[in-house]
Amino acid sequence: MIETQKKDMWKWVIYGSLILYAVFLLYPLLSLLVKSVLPGGSFGFSSFGKFFANKFYYGTVINSMLVTFSVTICTVLLAVPIAYILNTIKIKFSSTIQILILLSSVSAPFIGAYAWILLLGRSGVVTQFFKQTFNISTPDIYGFTGILVVLTLQLCPLVYMYVSGALKTVDSSLIEASESMGCTGIKKMLKIVGPLILPTILAGALLVFMRALADFGTPMLIGEGFRTIPVLIFTEFISEMGEDDSFAAAVSVMVVVFATSVFLVQKLIAKRKAYKMSSLRPMQIKEEKGIKNVLAHLFVYVYILLAILPQLYVIYTSFLKTSGKIFVKGYSLQSYAAAFSKVGDSIINTFILALSALAIIIVLAILIAYVTVRRPSALTNLLDVSTMLPYIVPGSILGIALLTAFNKPPLLLSATAIIMILSFAIRRLPYTIRSSCAILHQVSIASEEAAISLGAGQFKTFMRITLPAMLPGVLSGAVLSWLSILTELSASILLYTIATRTMTIAIYTEVLRGNYGTAAALSSILSFITVITLLIFFRLTGKKELSM
Amino acid sequence: MSVRIKFKNILKKYGNTVVIPDLSLDIKEGEFFTLLGPSGCGKTTLLRMAAGFNSIEGGEIYFNDKLINNLSPGERNIGMVFQNYAIFPHMNVFKNVAFGLTNRKVPKQKIEEAVNKILEIVQIQEYKDRMPENLSGGQQQRVALARAIVIEPDVLLMDEPLSNLDAKLRVDMRNAIKGIQRKFGITTIYVTHDQEEAMAVSDRIAIMNKGIIQQVDVPQTIYQKPNNLFVATFIGRTNVLAAKVSKNTLILNGCEFTFGKTLPSDQTNVLLSIRPEEFFISNENKGGLKGKIEHSVFLGLNTHYFITLANGQEVEVIERSKHGTALFAPKTEVWLNIDTENINIFDKAGLRNLSLGGNV
Ligand SMILES: Nc1ncnc2c1ncn2[C@@H]1O[C@H](COP(=O)(O)OP(=O)(O)O)[C@@H](O)[C@H]1O
Ligand SMILES: [Mg+2]
Repeated sequence: MIETQKKDMWKWVIYGSLILYAVFLLYPLLSLLVKSVLPGGSFGFSSFGKFFANKFYYGTVINSMLVTFSVTICTVLLAVPIAYILNTIKIKFSSTIQILILLSSVSAPFIGAYAWILLLGRSGVVTQFFKQTFNISTPDIYGFTGILVVLTLQLCPLVYMYVSGALKTVDSSLIEASESMGCTGIKKMLKIVGPLILPTILAGALLVFMRALADFGTPMLIGEGFRTIPVLIFTEFISEMGEDDSFAAAVSVMVVVFATSVFLVQKLIAKRKAYKMSSLRPMQIKEEKGIKNVLAHLFVYVYILLAILPQLYVIYTSFLKTSGKIFVKGYSLQSYAAAFSKVGDSIINTFILALSALAIIIVLAILIAYVTVRRPSALTNLLDVSTMLPYIVPGSILGIALLTAFNKPPLLLSATAIIMILSFAIRRLPYTIRSSCAILHQVSIASEEAAISLGAGQFKTFMRITLPAMLPGVLSGAVLSWLSILTELSASILLYTIATRTMTIAIYTEVLRGNYGTAAALSSILSFITVITLLIFFRLTGKKELSM
Repeated sequence: MSVRIKFKNILKKYGNTVVIPDLSLDIKEGEFFTLLGPSGCGKTTLLRMAAGFNSIEGGEIYFNDKLINNLSPGERNIGMVFQNYAIFPHMNVFKNVAFGLTNRKVPKQKIEEAVNKILEIVQIQEYKDRMPENLSGGQQQRVALARAIVIEPDVLLMDEPLSNLDAKLRVDMRNAIKGIQRKFGITTIYVTHDQEEAMAVSDRIAIMNKGIIQQVDVPQTIYQKPNNLFVATFIGRTNVLAAKVSKNTLILNGCEFTFGKTLPSDQTNVLLSIRPEEFFISNENKGGLKGKIEHSVFLGLNTHYFITLANGQEVEVIERSKHGTALFAPKTEVWLNIDTENINIFDKAGLRNLSLGGNV
């Protein structure tokens, strides 16, 4: 085998990657831990005590739990039936719907929040319409309800894509075996299909859980009095009055510990329940008749309408005439003009920062994927675990950790573009690593061994044989990384300066200032970039899906 | 309780392509009936129509006198064994086998008894609590068989159940399947593309080609008296030689062979299907077709010779291996005689067996 060679260049890749993770992820997190037990400079647990002493603080935990669990449950309850319907029943325009589902998931959650405020908020169009025409007051969108609606709609596609993928691995003979024994309909779903895709549902649910737990923009905009942990951390760390770094660090540490335990529990359950399935003949999409068909269509259409409505409405408002901060009758490109003149630099920033981060991500992901798949050892296991960490650590906590660790020489990075790029790269690296690993598992090692046996060196073999085979997987992961960098808010909101402000940050701050026109124009541009990215990706790969 | 199965003028279309144009078939009660044919000929399609997984575009299917066209699979009381076993991966062996009975709300006690009994019969009693992933292919197939039989189905449907097993296991399993089928006397439709397997297990075989049944008979008849050239060449090995006939004489490559029966007088050009064992080989000129040995294969009981005839055609000849004599070496000149009473003679299109009717 190749491993026995003395000069193994991959050894250096392993050491190098581990050092990078140690310096840029573990060290910052440890700094945070240290800070949490050094309130005011001397050792003690008063930061933790402060948290539990005051309902104003520990109440956020209750709120966060409420949001996180509710969102996770609602998302699963919504996404699983939709995936099941779209994979078993013939729905008209289903390929368009699949693309819309993808689109609805790749915008920043807070944009959904702000669109729902425009629609259903106190002075929202729908609210006003019902009040003026029927004198009916619509349900309150602020607080818990709003967060729940926004995050559920936003995160539903994640579970949908996971479950869709799993349903495609269920062989239709299993379904037929159960039907031939008289087990059909809902019963079949509960006894056969459900248990088979349960590990996947759990994996999707975990992702949703982590996202809901970490989301900062949505509760900030629509939560009003309903404060969640990321909001607390942010305000404690940033605000002029409440500034308490040690306290923010303490809360962060607790969140990370909690998230890690949820992650481990899920891993345990999923491991015990994973079945190896290979589908010779995937389940067939059948045409349904009668009421079942109507209900299935209705369910899917209503969902997709609600999911895509925020983005559509934002795009619509971007073309409205504005007068000062308010929209007036008539259409114009005023908002776009304002966006370019006021925050046009943010568009350039976004591209520079995101592309730099993406370059780092692609190189690292390829190398790390190769060593974890092809050189399994205790060290690469450690590397594997390290690459999973950013899934668990919420963005705002990573932001604080980076600021805590790199605020003095020799590594004075705060307020630089580097720290922004760093945070993007760390947070979005897992997507590309995951897809690169997945594809590498499918690439036979025999072709590498053949190349080596024919006298090609390690480097040449990698560049000429392995890398080309990996590229499709790398590409699909890179697209996901790219799209999610574009909408990253929770870490960058802590790290940015005027010089490194991205579009997403600009949208957020414009929304906070009430400049809805500018925000709408900017987020329409962002949506446009997203659509173009996806179109290029679909064209390049000939695929119609982006697997997550 | 077993049933007769009747297929009447069955038509199957996928979109606009007709896969089975017009098929009729009667299967007797308790019979082990095999659908045999090349891949893509429509065996699976027909089986799945009987199971209720494929729509029926025309014709009727009866179990006894009951029309089942519009019954759902669950209502047909069938047991089905799939090519890839279709064992539920999230249930242990016992639960898999009990699944059908649980669905029928059979009391727990009864389920336990029935399942244990069947597990014993298929000899996987000891794996009762195992998860499927810890079973070998053969064991999984036994689970699948037990699961199909335990519900006491009227009909057992099996689609290439052995094709995922290795050669040795295939023989073991087919004997097990045959034994169990005989024990329970369930009417069984068995699909395979493996003729040896079909011969080994079936009471009767239907040979299919392109959605059309070519012949339905017991294995011996299928082999010895094929209806047409397709059946003759599909089942077993055979040599096809063009010949001329006049009255009781066959003329091949200028050699004449007398023949016991009289063929229809309008046939002068015919095709002979001569099985390798229907040639007699000799290195002395006692008349017959002249040829030259190309090579030989010694297989213990039999020896196979590959011989080029004077006209360049290659034929295969099987001879019972002899003791004490060397095989004919390559390039040896040999003469072949023909067991004319047993060979089959087809019209020149290969559609009709002229030697079947005797004196027409
Ligand atoms: N779902 C389907 N849609 C269209 N054509 C099909 C479908 N299933 C089978 N066929 C076609 O019908 C023919 C018979 O198939 P099948 O019954 O599977 O053959 P066999 O089992 O004898 O190999 C084949 O030509 C196959 O391509
Ligand atoms: Mg088949």
